[in-house]
Amino acid sequence: MTRTDKTPFILLGALVVLLAVGPFLPKWLFLLTMSLGKGLVVLGLVVLLRTGLVSFGQGLYYCVGAYAVGSLSQFASVRNALLLLLAGTLVAAILATALGFLLANYRGIFFAMLTLALSMIVYGLLVKTSALGSTDGFNVAPASLLGKTISGQGNQYPIFALACIVAFVAAVLTNSYLWTALGQLSSAIRDNEIRVEYMGASVRSAIHTKYVLAGALAGLGGAVTALTIGHIDPEMAYWTTSGEFVFVAILGGTGSVIAPFLGAIIFEFIRTYAYQYSPNTWQLVLGTAMLLVIIFLPAGLWSAFARLRRRT
Amino acid sequence: MRALSFTFCLILVSTLVVTPGAAQQPVKVGVVTFLSGAAAGPFGVPAKQAAEVMVEALNAGGKVPGYPAKGLNGAPIELVFVDEAGGTTKQVTEYRNLAQRVDLVIGYISSGDCLAVAPVADELKKLTIFFDCGTPRVFEDASYKYLFRTGATSTMDNVAAAMYVADSKPGLKKIAGINQNYAWGQDSWNDFVAAMKVLKPNVEIATAQWPQLLSGQYGAEISALLSSGADVVHSSFWGGDMEAFVLQASPRGLFKKSTVVLTCGETGMYKLGNQVPDGTIIAARGPFDMYAPDTELNRWFRKAYMDKFGGVPPSYPSYKMAQALLGLKSAWEKAKGKSPADVEKVIASFEHLTFEGPGGKVTMGLGKGHQAVQGMVIGTVKHEGSNVSYVNVKQYPPDKVTPPEGVKAEDWIKSGFKK
Amino acid sequence: MNEFLAVLVDGLIYSSWLFVIALGLTLIYGVMKILNMAHGSFYALGAYAAASMVGYWLNRGHAPMASYGILIIAAVLVGLIAGPLVERGLLRFMYGRDEMVLLLVTYALFLILEDVIKLIWGVNPYFVSEPYSLLGTIDVANLTYPYYNFILIGVAVLAGGAVALVLQYTRQGKLLLAVIHDREVSLAMGINVSRFYLVTFTVGTALAAIGGALTAPTVSVVPGMGVEVIVLAFAVVVIGGLGSLQGAALGALIVGLVRSAAVHYLPQVELFCIYTVMALVLIFRPKGLFAAAEVRKI
Repeated sequence: MTRTDKTPFILLGALVVLLAVGPFLPKWLFLLTMSLGKGLVVLGLVVLLRTGLVSFGQGLYYCVGAYAVGSLSQFASVRNALLLLLAGTLVAAILATALGFLLANYRGIFFAMLTLALSMIVYGLLVKTSALGSTDGFNVAPASLLGKTISGQGNQYPIFALACIVAFVAAVLTNSYLWTALGQLSSAIRDNEIRVEYMGASVRSAIHTKYVLAGALAGLGGAVTALTIGHIDPEMAYWTTSGEFVFVAILGGTGSVIAPFLGAIIFEFIRTYAYQYSPNTWQLVLGTAMLLVIIFLPAGLWSAFARLRRRT
Repeated sequence: MRALSFTFCLILVSTLVVTPGAAQQPVKVGVVTFLSGAAAGPFGVPAKQAAEVMVEALNAGGKVPGYPAKGLNGAPIELVFVDEAGGTTKQVTEYRNLAQRVDLVIGYISSGDCLAVAPVADELKKLTIFFDCGTPRVFEDASYKYLFRTGATSTMDNVAAAMYVADSKPGLKKIAGINQNYAWGQDSWNDFVAAMKVLKPNVEIATAQWPQLLSGQYGAEISALLSSGADVVHSSFWGGDMEAFVLQASPRGLFKKSTVVLTCGETGMYKLGNQVPDGTIIAARGPFDMYAPDTELNRWFRKAYMDKFGGVPPSYPSYKMAQALLGLKSAWEKAKGKSPADVEKVIASFEHLTFEGPGGKVTMGLGKGHQAVQGMVIGTVKHEGSNVSYVNVKQYPPDKVTPPEGVKAEDWIKSGFKK
Repeated sequence: MNEFLAVLVDGLIYSSWLFVIALGLTLIYGVMKILNMAHGSFYALGAYAAASMVGYWLNRGHAPMASYGILIIAAVLVGLIAGPLVERGLLRFMYGRDEMVLLLVTYALFLILEDVIKLIWGVNPYFVSEPYSLLGTIDVANLTYPYYNFILIGVAVLAGGAVALVLQYTRQGKLLLAVIHDREVSLAMGINVSRFYLVTFTVGTALAAIGGALTAPTVSVVPGMGVEVIVLAFAVVVIGGLGSLQGAALGALIVGLVRSAAVHYLPQVELFCIYTVMALVLIFRPKGLFAAAEVRKI
């Protein structure tokens, strides 16, 4: 008897709630939109984490997606939000496909360090490119959809709504992928690659596919962020940015596609409150919060939700 | 019944508004500078401390020479500090959060943060004053209504440095540079080289070193500079990197072999002055600290700062923060602003304003009245006994070292400083 | 010719600096399988402690020559205090968990320590430059180098040699090698693995602190000085092969020499050096230069 996967319904419910409640919480919209952008990147990371691979270089695709959006906006005057998001995702996906041929051969800490090295090389290239503003980056003009400007005009709701819908679609699609046979291979590969090969599945191509998916999601997250913040810079490809994504992935847990978004929202909130209430010791607050979560919720925050659900 | 209570409320409210001498609502000013990380020590904390000193004195009234009124036209100033660390994306988020809690924002040392926050100021219609960041791109790339910058851009740092070097070393043949490999270092070096090419077209670039920001280990770079045979070495290093560079280069004789120009050298002079050899050219990003004019305002500022902070003198970020606050106060009082809602009036008064800071006169002369221009001062270190003094101090009036309105800095330099 | 010699000397000095920092990291990973992101914080702690202690010593007017010893003592003290505190107080409860979880615990620790350092020492820079210039300078390849730099090379060789000797020739060292190879079997054989973990972590921390203490006289000690060092140390360790001593040495040597050559001949590419070397090594030797043979479960 197969268990019906309730996730798409939970996601739909969340989407409806967010869209409905959004207009009444204008002060939180920006933070939520940023969290959704971040959550998209982390979603890709979770797909990789389930396979036992930790990428310390998702910042690369995050940055590439953002720069694709910025460049099209700046140099080709493209303003359509959907087009920009699509461009960001595609460019990142193409790059991920190319690099995936190399990276699919690596595991464990070497996979992590090689992804880190590649993202730092791209960082270096951007720093040297003064046409793109070097480390200062450049601003992204407000985007529009269906003729109306949706970002950079005071009202955060349109871009927030777009981000919600985009995140919903990405989460549902990823969830469906994870329920397919190829998707389910993740934990098998993580446990014992050789047996998977004996089964007749190709570990390499499975990992390659997951890497491309993760890259595309990171690119989409970067594109959303670029439109929301209105500014891009090479720091997006720096290893500390990638490290933050890894942290949020572990914070949220890998149990569900909802977990990354939950982790991202909570992380952003903790960080903002740490900045506000202890500007001199926010690192201490953040580090302690992280430790507490790791100690008491080893499978991430999502495990707390999962436990609650099982009890009810 | 409803009409009665409504009228009652109306009368109550109007008496509150009309009553003279009622306690003024404080003006909440958000201050964003580095409170953690490498930029905190040399820039962020001196700026924060200057803000505290200035606001304390302003709120007391009658203490600041030339600015007798209390607070901002009577309203006390309340400071809210936010750490500028965490990267540009984080800073835009924090700016939006801050904008909900305060009436106006002063801050930003990092050029990247300035560029990212600039359009958001206009989007949120929040009066924002950049006090330190150097990139000329802010008002070159776009125009803003709610944004002002009371500190001059970094173009003048390097143009004046080139002029100083060309004047004081007429036989100059080779130059070299060691700058941090990011926008600040790249722009500084490019401006310096472009200016040198105009002033001394035959000058040769012996080597340009590009260590990473915050690397701290310059052994190989110093060896390369030593073997390059350069007459002048340009560096826009700041903070810990600059200090490490001085500590590592000095025993190896770099300062004797070449003349070193430190465009941000001033912040390190208090603690490291004894290690900086004679002949080093030091700049302070404007007429600040040892280059500030001897006015009552400057004397008061130095004394108030040193009294409060254990004898440590204010450095250029402190001066620039004080300048920002005094600029705000001048504009506010010129507009006779009674509450933050009068921001449109304040903006109108701030544009093209001229006011006095502890570093002298400041004119909001560029960026359609939103960007300050100031002169530049550069001097050479000479040790007299155990004291550090500065000789051959040259002043450069603003029009000599700043591009005119509407002209991009790099174009202006390449054109030969055409007015 | 002189230029080439300068490249070698500069490369060697930088490599020694990298090696001293990376040695502790590779040791901790080799034994405990923890990639310690707080390694940079211990480096910074060593620098601050050294700056404070030597500053105090010199202010009291004591013999400047003793400052070298004080540097090392300060670092060792940091190792002896911070190491056991962190290992017993925090890490001990996390053994057996996933490698990535441990990485994040050390990352959280790094954040906490950054602010602890700021709370204790403030944000102003500390200077302790007397030891650097005290020994004078020597002219090599037409360039002046302070003798101090060669002390760094000496310490690197000494530290590496000492660790190698202990591992190869002492009984405790051989037991440690057993723990590195197989923790479970070592436990079964009655080795007090827990004590070895404590000692290893303390030694690794002390080595990081020594790196910081020796760097302190050449820089101004500022907050955030540990951050840049982390990724450098990681890169060297990965290039060399995790847990390998010779690997760390060779990795440090390669990175140092490549960087030095870049600085002298092509300064614009210095930014890419370490990451390109790391990427290239990983492409041709996926597990690093001196990869240990790994057992795979079938």
